[in-house]
Amino acid sequence: MTMKVEEKIAVNAMKNDTKSHIVLDQTICAGCRERMCIAVCPGHLYSLNEETGEMVVEYAGCLECGTCMIACIYGSIAWDYPGGEYGVQYRYG
Amino acid sequence: MDKIDAIVVGGGLAGLCAAYRLADAGRQVILLERGDAPGSKNVTGGRIYVDPVRAYLPEIIDSAPFERHVVREMITILDEGSALQFEYGNERWRREPFMSHTVLRAKFDSWLADQASAKGAFVIPKKKVDDLLWEDGRVAGIRSGTEEIGAHVVIAADGALSFLTQKAGLRQPHKPEDLAVAIKEIYQLDEKTIEERFGLGPDEGAAGLFMGSVTRGMFGGGFLYTNQDTLSLGLVVGIGSLIHDTGGFDAPGLMDGFIERPEVQRWVRGGELKEYSAHVISEAGIGAVPKLYTGGMLVAGDAAGFALNLGLTVRGMEFAIASGVMAADTVVEALDGNDVSETSLSRYEKRLRESFVLPDMETFRHSRDVLDRQRFFTVYPRFMCELFDELFTVGAKPKEGLYRTAKRVAKKHVLNMETLKDLLAARKL
Repeated sequence: MTMKVEEKIAVNAMKNDTKSHIVLDQTICAGCRERMCIAVCPGHLYSLNEETGEMVVEYAGCLECGTCMIACIYGSIAWDYPGGEYGVQYRYG
Repeated sequence: MDKIDAIVVGGGLAGLCAAYRLADAGRQVILLERGDAPGSKNVTGGRIYVDPVRAYLPEIIDSAPFERHVVREMITILDEGSALQFEYGNERWRREPFMSHTVLRAKFDSWLADQASAKGAFVIPKKKVDDLLWEDGRVAGIRSGTEEIGAHVVIAADGALSFLTQKAGLRQPHKPEDLAVAIKEIYQLDEKTIEERFGLGPDEGAAGLFMGSVTRGMFGGGFLYTNQDTLSLGLVVGIGSLIHDTGGFDAPGLMDGFIERPEVQRWVRGGELKEYSAHVISEAGIGAVPKLYTGGMLVAGDAAGFALNLGLTVRGMEFAIASGVMAADTVVEALDGNDVSETSLSRYEKRLRESFVLPDMETFRHSRDVLDRQRFFTVYPRFMCELFDELFTVGAKPKEGLYRTAKRVAKKHVLNMETLKDLLAARKL
């Protein structure tokens, strides 16, 4: 039946950098109630770590759409493109 | 600093067309693309209208690697558990010159990069541009990592997010209300299956739009394009709508809901998922177009906010091609006159005004305000579906007259002040 979103992402050609191109400001995240990033990310890459209370982003599956950065009106998300050679490589586009 | 004539940032349609045109005019041009190859970071809906761009790429447009020429438009209006579908086709669309083609951009952009390279442009992939270089208050090149390259002019064709436009002070940070997120899936099916399933001849294609409950009342809709042996299926949802929605829907869940609809499954069943992609797209029309030039720099394509959603037609690629070419022509003229000042480069905007680009953007200035009304995605689709439901239904009781049925359903949904307001707003379209 329906594929899980992580299965869909796994179909893509991707080359992951060792460091994240998305950096969260945990102080801002701690004060955020809406956590829009979780709902808007097409890759479902954002989650709340219940143990630490910190927001986590699985940058390795990033589709580089930019939605999270725009949806986070509190400005917690420092987002840049992955370096040349890295990230998703669309074969169809 | 040594300077080359021009640097183009971004190997999409606007950037590649600019590089092609500059090289064709005998200018030195380097195009920097952050992906493995031009097109590899691209997410397109899938259709190019040819007539608007023919004049800008006269030598090569006819040999472009399109997928299928569109001969049929399919509209599907969805409510929960029901849908109304209609099609428009025209025999004329089946004959050359074709009006529009479906396209896959990894293939298309690689081809365009080859054309630009053949003219003498240097297309350099895997190169991310990090910042602009400045000299005497003007843009004077770019920085990529530790490497600096000087140029008389930089053409920013770095896509809908366009960090360069912001770094150059040409626009404010993006607002959620101005952008939508498009999620797209590519399914492989063999050519014969596509042609039989959609009732198409060889190389003929169909384009589909889906509106109504697929976006759960949020601004947006679905799309479908037939490629040679794949289908492009996608959903567009306003980011502003998503963050203000209280229904608890998330973007991947909306996409799943869309793909699972029987009205979508009938086309895609048996297909193998080959790619899952997403990107933001400008929905604000001319309202979000930044300042288009400054000393030493021009902005083209999606970076300039050149995208138009008119509900039934969604356009962006024609604007990218035309603006890329006009940016290049402006630069050639400026370099010939040895003047890349802001005043000299302001002629770019004049060119855009004399073309279809800015007039189209201007004409449809209010389209987002009109379309971004919740009732378009909730009440009207429901009204349409319920009306046909009642007309088609035969039950045990005596059937009501058709006019009475229509009047009753209309009264329930649309014969009210709200509809009148929407109609008045629609006059601006």
